[in-house]
Amino acid sequence: MKARVHVTLKDGVLDPQGKAIHRALETLGFAGVRDARQGKVIDLELACADEAGAKEQVDRMCRQLLANTVIEDYTIEFV
Amino acid sequence: MKAVLVLFPGTNRETDMADALRRAGADVVTAWHRDRELPAADLVVLPGGFSHGDYLRCGAMAARAPVMAAIVECAARGVPVLGVCNGFQILIEAGLLPGALLKNAGLRFVCRTVHLRLERRCRLSGYLDVGDIIRVPVAHGDGNYFADPDLARRLEGEDRVVFRYVPDGRGTGNPNGSTGDIAGIINEAGNVLGMMPHPEDATGPRQQSRDALPLFQGIVASLS
Repeated sequence: MKARVHVTLKDGVLDPQGKAIHRALETLGFAGVRDARQGKVIDLELACADEAGAKEQVDRMCRQLLANTVIEDYTIEFV
Repeated sequence: MKAVLVLFPGTNRETDMADALRRAGADVVTAWHRDRELPAADLVVLPGGFSHGDYLRCGAMAARAPVMAAIVECAARGVPVLGVCNGFQILIEAGLLPGALLKNAGLRFVCRTVHLRLERRCRLSGYLDVGDIIRVPVAHGDGNYFADPDLARRLEGEDRVVFRYVPDGRGTGNPNGSTGDIAGIINEAGNVLGMMPHPEDATGPRQQSRDALPLFQGIVASLS
Protein backbone atom coordinates (compact mmCIF):
# COMPACT_ATOMS: atom_id res chain seq x y z
CA MET A 1 0.00 0.00 0.00
CA LYS A 2 1.22 3.46 -0.85
CA ALA A 3 0.58 6.51 1.26
CA ARG A 4 1.18 10.08 0.21
CA VAL A 5 1.71 12.66 2.95
CA HIS A 6 1.30 16.34 2.17
CA VAL A 7 2.96 18.73 4.59
CA THR A 8 2.07 22.42 4.36
CA LEU A 9 2.78 25.46 6.47
CA LYS A 10 -0.11 26.54 8.68
CA ASP A 11 -1.96 29.73 7.83
CA GLY A 12 -0.24 32.68 9.43
CA VAL A 13 3.25 31.16 9.24
CA LEU A 14 5.45 33.23 6.97
CA ASP A 15 6.51 31.30 3.85
CA PRO A 16 9.39 33.18 2.21
CA GLN A 17 9.80 30.45 -0.43
CA GLY A 18 6.14 30.73 -1.39
CA LYS A 19 6.56 34.51 -1.62
CA ALA A 20 9.60 34.12 -3.89
CA ILE A 21 7.64 31.73 -6.13
CA HIS A 22 4.75 34.20 -6.23
CA ARG A 23 7.07 37.04 -7.30
CA ALA A 24 8.75 34.88 -9.93
CA LEU A 25 5.37 33.93 -11.40
CA GLU A 26 4.47 37.63 -11.62
CA THR A 27 7.82 38.35 -13.27
CA LEU A 28 6.96 35.72 -15.89
CA GLY A 29 3.72 37.57 -16.58
CA PHE A 30 1.30 35.24 -14.79
CA ALA A 31 -1.16 37.80 -13.46
CA GLY A 32 -3.95 36.95 -11.03
CA VAL A 33 -1.99 34.71 -8.66
CA ARG A 34 -3.17 35.89 -5.24
CA ASP A 35 -0.74 33.88 -3.16
CA ALA A 36 1.65 30.92 -3.36
CA ARG A 37 2.55 28.56 -0.53
CA GLN A 38 5.14 25.82 -0.78
CA GLY A 39 4.86 22.44 0.94
CA LYS A 40 6.31 18.98 0.59
CA VAL A 41 5.12 15.56 -0.46
CA ILE A 42 6.42 12.37 1.13
CA ASP A 43 5.55 9.03 -0.49
CA LEU A 44 5.64 5.96 1.71
CA GLU A 45 5.47 2.36 0.62
CA LEU A 46 3.90 0.36 3.43
CA ALA A 47 3.94 -3.37 4.13
CA CYS A 48 0.60 -3.04 5.89
CA ALA A 49 -2.45 -3.98 3.75
CA ASP A 50 -5.23 -2.77 5.99
CA GLU A 51 -6.08 0.89 5.36
CA ALA A 52 -7.37 1.73 8.85
CA GLY A 53 -4.23 0.34 10.47
CA ALA A 54 -2.03 2.07 7.91
CA LYS A 55 -3.79 5.37 8.46
CA GLU A 56 -3.23 5.17 12.20
CA GLN A 57 0.44 4.29 11.67
CA VAL A 58 1.10 7.09 9.16
CA ASP A 59 -0.69 9.56 11.41
CA ARG A 60 1.74 8.69 14.21
CA MET A 61 4.67 9.06 11.78
CA CYS A 62 3.43 12.53 10.88
CA ARG A 63 3.09 13.64 14.47
CA GLN A 64 6.44 12.18 15.55
CA LEU A 65 8.63 13.11 12.60
CA LEU A 66 7.22 14.01 9.20
CA ALA A 67 5.49 17.25 10.22
CA ASN A 68 6.33 19.84 12.84
CA THR A 69 2.83 20.49 14.08
CA VAL A 70 3.87 23.81 15.63
CA ILE A 71 4.11 25.30 12.14
CA GLU A 72 2.85 22.64 9.73
CA ASP A 73 -0.39 20.83 8.85
CA TYR A 74 -0.45 17.45 7.15
CA THR A 75 -2.88 15.33 5.17
CA ILE A 76 -2.62 11.63 4.38
CA GLU A 77 -3.86 10.07 1.18
CA PHE A 78 -3.67 6.43 0.03
CA VAL A 79 -2.75 5.95 -3.60
CA MET B 1 34.21 21.66 35.41
CA LYS B 2 33.43 19.27 32.59
CA ALA B 3 31.38 19.96 29.46
CA VAL B 4 30.13 17.28 27.09
CA LEU B 5 29.68 18.20 23.44
CA VAL B 6 27.08 16.06 21.69
CA LEU B 7 27.97 15.33 18.06
CA PHE B 8 25.65 14.31 15.26
CA PRO B 9 26.57 13.40 11.67
CA GLY B 10 27.05 16.83 10.11
CA THR B 11 27.94 18.73 13.30
CA ASN B 12 30.82 21.03 12.33
CA ARG B 13 31.25 23.67 15.04
CA GLU B 14 32.46 21.33 17.77
CA THR B 15 36.11 22.42 17.51
CA ASP B 16 35.22 26.09 17.89
CA MET B 17 32.96 25.28 20.82
CA ALA B 18 35.61 23.11 22.49
CA ASP B 19 38.22 25.89 22.01
CA ALA B 20 35.93 28.49 23.60
CA LEU B 21 35.13 26.24 26.57
CA ARG B 22 38.80 25.31 27.10
CA ARG B 23 39.80 28.98 26.85
CA ALA B 24 37.39 29.60 29.72
CA GLY B 25 38.94 26.74 31.71
CA ALA B 26 36.59 23.81 31.07
CA ASP B 27 37.46 20.17 30.42
CA VAL B 28 35.71 19.01 27.26
CA VAL B 29 34.57 15.52 26.30
CA THR B 30 32.35 14.41 23.43
CA ALA B 31 29.41 12.06 22.97
CA TRP B 32 28.05 10.58 19.74
CA HIS B 33 24.45 10.66 18.59
CA ARG B 34 24.09 6.88 18.89
CA ASP B 35 25.19 6.86 22.56
CA ARG B 36 22.40 6.03 24.96
CA GLU B 37 24.17 7.51 27.94
CA LEU B 38 26.10 10.73 28.43
CA PRO B 39 29.34 10.90 30.41
CA ALA B 40 28.85 12.67 33.77
CA ALA B 41 29.22 16.38 33.04
CA ASP B 42 28.31 19.79 34.46
CA LEU B 43 27.19 21.18 31.12
CA VAL B 44 25.74 19.63 27.94
CA VAL B 45 26.39 21.49 24.68
CA LEU B 46 24.86 20.87 21.25
CA PRO B 47 27.14 22.74 18.82
CA GLY B 48 26.23 24.02 15.38
CA GLY B 49 26.43 22.41 11.98
CA PHE B 50 24.11 20.72 9.54
CA SER B 51 23.09 17.52 11.30
CA HIS B 52 21.84 14.90 8.83
CA GLY B 53 22.21 17.46 6.04
CA ASP B 54 19.24 19.48 7.35
CA TYR B 55 17.02 16.87 5.65
CA LEU B 56 13.26 17.13 6.24
CA ARG B 57 13.65 20.10 8.65
CA CYS B 58 16.75 21.45 10.35
CA GLY B 59 17.42 19.37 13.45
CA ALA B 60 14.47 17.01 12.83
CA MET B 61 16.51 13.80 12.45
CA ALA B 62 18.98 14.64 15.21
CA ALA B 63 16.12 15.33 17.62
CA ARG B 64 15.04 11.67 17.23
CA ALA B 65 18.56 10.22 17.75
CA PRO B 66 19.20 7.69 20.54
CA VAL B 67 21.25 10.22 22.57
CA MET B 68 18.29 12.60 22.88
CA ALA B 69 16.62 10.60 25.66
CA ALA B 70 19.77 11.09 27.76
CA ILE B 71 19.79 14.83 27.00
CA VAL B 72 16.11 15.17 27.94
CA GLU B 73 16.84 13.30 31.17
CA CYS B 74 19.82 15.59 31.97
CA ALA B 75 17.70 18.66 31.30
CA ALA B 76 14.97 17.32 33.60
CA ARG B 77 17.57 16.82 36.36
CA GLY B 78 18.51 20.50 36.02
CA VAL B 79 21.84 20.07 34.23
CA PRO B 80 22.47 23.19 32.10
CA VAL B 81 22.06 22.53 28.37
CA LEU B 82 23.25 24.97 25.69
CA GLY B 83 22.27 24.64 22.03
CA VAL B 84 23.85 26.93 19.46
CA CYS B 85 22.58 27.33 15.88
CA ASN B 86 21.83 23.78 14.70
CA GLY B 87 21.95 22.83 18.39
CA PHE B 88 19.11 25.33 19.01
CA GLN B 89 17.18 23.83 16.08
CA ILE B 90 17.64 20.34 17.58
CA LEU B 91 16.46 21.45 21.06
CA ILE B 92 13.33 22.95 19.48
CA GLU B 93 12.62 19.86 17.37
CA ALA B 94 13.07 17.73 20.50
CA GLY B 95 10.48 19.83 22.33
CA LEU B 96 12.92 21.10 24.98
CA LEU B 97 12.28 24.67 23.82
CA PRO B 98 9.06 26.08 22.31
CA GLY B 99 8.42 27.63 18.89
CA ALA B 100 10.03 26.81 15.57
CA LEU B 101 12.89 27.97 13.37
CA LEU B 102 11.88 28.88 9.84
CA LYS B 103 13.85 29.86 6.77
CA ASN B 104 15.36 33.32 7.01
CA ALA B 105 12.83 35.91 5.90
CA GLY B 106 15.24 37.09 3.17
CA LEU B 107 15.75 33.47 1.98
CA ARG B 108 19.52 33.94 2.04
CA PHE B 109 22.04 32.18 4.21
CA VAL B 110 23.34 34.98 6.44
CA CYS B 111 26.94 34.97 7.62
CA ARG B 112 27.97 38.15 9.45
CA THR B 113 28.50 39.75 12.82
CA VAL B 114 25.36 40.79 14.68
CA HIS B 115 24.85 42.81 17.85
CA LEU B 116 23.12 40.98 20.68
CA ARG B 117 21.73 42.45 23.86
CA LEU B 118 21.46 40.38 27.02
CA GLU B 119 17.84 40.77 28.14
CA ARG B 120 18.06 38.84 31.40
CA ARG B 121 20.65 37.01 33.40
CA CYS B 122 20.40 33.23 33.64
CA ARG B 123 22.52 30.20 34.48
CA LEU B 124 24.04 30.34 31.00
CA SER B 125 24.71 34.07 30.65
CA GLY B 126 28.01 33.94 32.53
CA TYR B 127 29.54 37.27 33.49
CA LEU B 128 27.37 39.26 31.06
CA ASP B 129 25.04 41.86 32.56
CA VAL B 130 21.55 42.85 31.46
CA GLY B 131 21.85 45.47 28.71
CA ASP B 132 25.35 44.37 27.64
CA ILE B 133 25.68 44.35 23.86
CA ILE B 134 28.06 41.80 22.38
CA ARG B 135 29.24 41.37 18.79
CA VAL B 136 28.84 37.76 17.74
CA PRO B 137 28.68 36.07 14.31
CA VAL B 138 25.64 34.33 12.86
CA ALA B 139 25.86 31.74 10.09
CA HIS B 140 22.53 30.19 9.24
CA GLY B 141 19.83 29.80 6.61
CA ASP B 142 17.02 28.76 8.96
CA GLY B 143 17.27 31.02 11.99
CA ASN B 144 13.98 32.85 11.76
CA TYR B 145 12.57 32.14 15.22
CA PHE B 146 8.81 31.78 14.96
CA ALA B 147 6.45 32.17 17.91
CA ASP B 148 2.71 32.61 17.37
CA PRO B 149 1.21 35.63 19.19
CA ASP B 150 0.27 33.55 22.27
CA LEU B 151 3.73 32.05 22.62
CA ALA B 152 5.42 35.39 21.96
CA ARG B 153 3.35 37.00 24.73
CA ARG B 154 4.17 34.14 27.08
CA LEU B 155 7.92 34.29 26.39
CA GLU B 156 8.00 38.04 26.96
CA GLY B 157 5.71 37.82 30.02
CA GLU B 158 7.82 35.07 31.60
CA ASP B 159 11.05 36.93 30.78
CA ARG B 160 12.40 34.03 28.74
CA VAL B 161 14.05 35.97 25.94
CA VAL B 162 17.75 35.90 26.84
CA PHE B 163 19.30 37.44 23.71
CA ARG B 164 17.78 39.87 21.23
CA TYR B 165 19.20 41.32 17.99
CA VAL B 166 19.69 45.07 18.28
CA PRO B 167 20.51 47.67 15.60
CA ASP B 168 24.09 47.53 14.43
CA GLY B 169 24.09 50.36 11.91
CA ARG B 170 22.47 48.12 9.26
CA GLY B 171 18.75 48.57 9.79
CA THR B 172 17.06 46.67 12.60
CA GLY B 173 20.02 44.37 13.18
CA ASN B 174 17.72 41.36 12.88
CA PRO B 175 19.38 39.06 10.30
CA ASN B 176 16.53 36.60 9.77
CA GLY B 177 13.11 38.13 10.53
CA SER B 178 12.67 36.41 13.90
CA THR B 179 9.61 37.22 16.02
CA GLY B 180 10.40 40.12 18.37
CA ASP B 181 14.06 40.16 17.21
CA ILE B 182 14.56 37.07 19.36
CA ALA B 183 18.02 35.49 19.10
CA GLY B 184 17.96 33.17 22.10
CA ILE B 185 15.44 31.82 24.63
CA ILE B 186 15.49 29.76 27.80
CA ASN B 187 13.11 27.05 29.02
CA GLU B 188 10.72 27.48 31.91
CA ALA B 189 13.06 25.81 34.42
CA GLY B 190 15.88 28.15 33.41
CA ASN B 191 18.51 25.54 32.50
CA VAL B 192 18.10 25.01 28.74
CA LEU B 193 19.27 27.88 26.53
CA GLY B 194 19.05 27.89 22.73
CA MET B 195 20.45 30.63 20.51
CA MET B 196 21.14 31.09 16.80
CA PRO B 197 24.33 33.24 16.98
CA HIS B 198 27.71 31.65 17.69
CA PRO B 199 29.21 33.02 20.94
CA GLU B 200 32.02 30.43 20.68
CA ASP B 201 33.29 32.31 17.63
CA ALA B 202 33.69 35.54 19.58
CA THR B 203 36.12 34.38 22.24
CA GLY B 204 39.64 34.31 20.90
CA PRO B 205 42.42 35.60 18.69
CA ARG B 206 41.80 35.84 14.94
CA GLN B 207 38.06 36.18 15.61
CA GLN B 208 36.29 39.45 14.98
CA SER B 209 35.45 40.03 18.63
CA ARG B 210 36.11 38.48 22.03
CA ASP B 211 32.89 39.85 23.47
CA ALA B 212 31.51 36.44 24.37
CA LEU B 213 34.53 35.24 26.37
CA PRO B 214 32.99 36.50 29.67
CA LEU B 215 29.93 34.41 28.88
CA PHE B 216 31.99 31.19 28.81
CA GLN B 217 34.24 32.26 31.70
CA GLY B 218 31.20 32.98 33.88
CA ILE B 219 29.50 29.69 32.95
CA VAL B 220 32.64 27.70 33.71
CA ALA B 221 33.24 29.55 37.01
CA SER B 222 29.65 29.03 38.17
CA LEU B 223 29.80 25.28 37.43
CA SER B 224 33.27 24.64 38.88
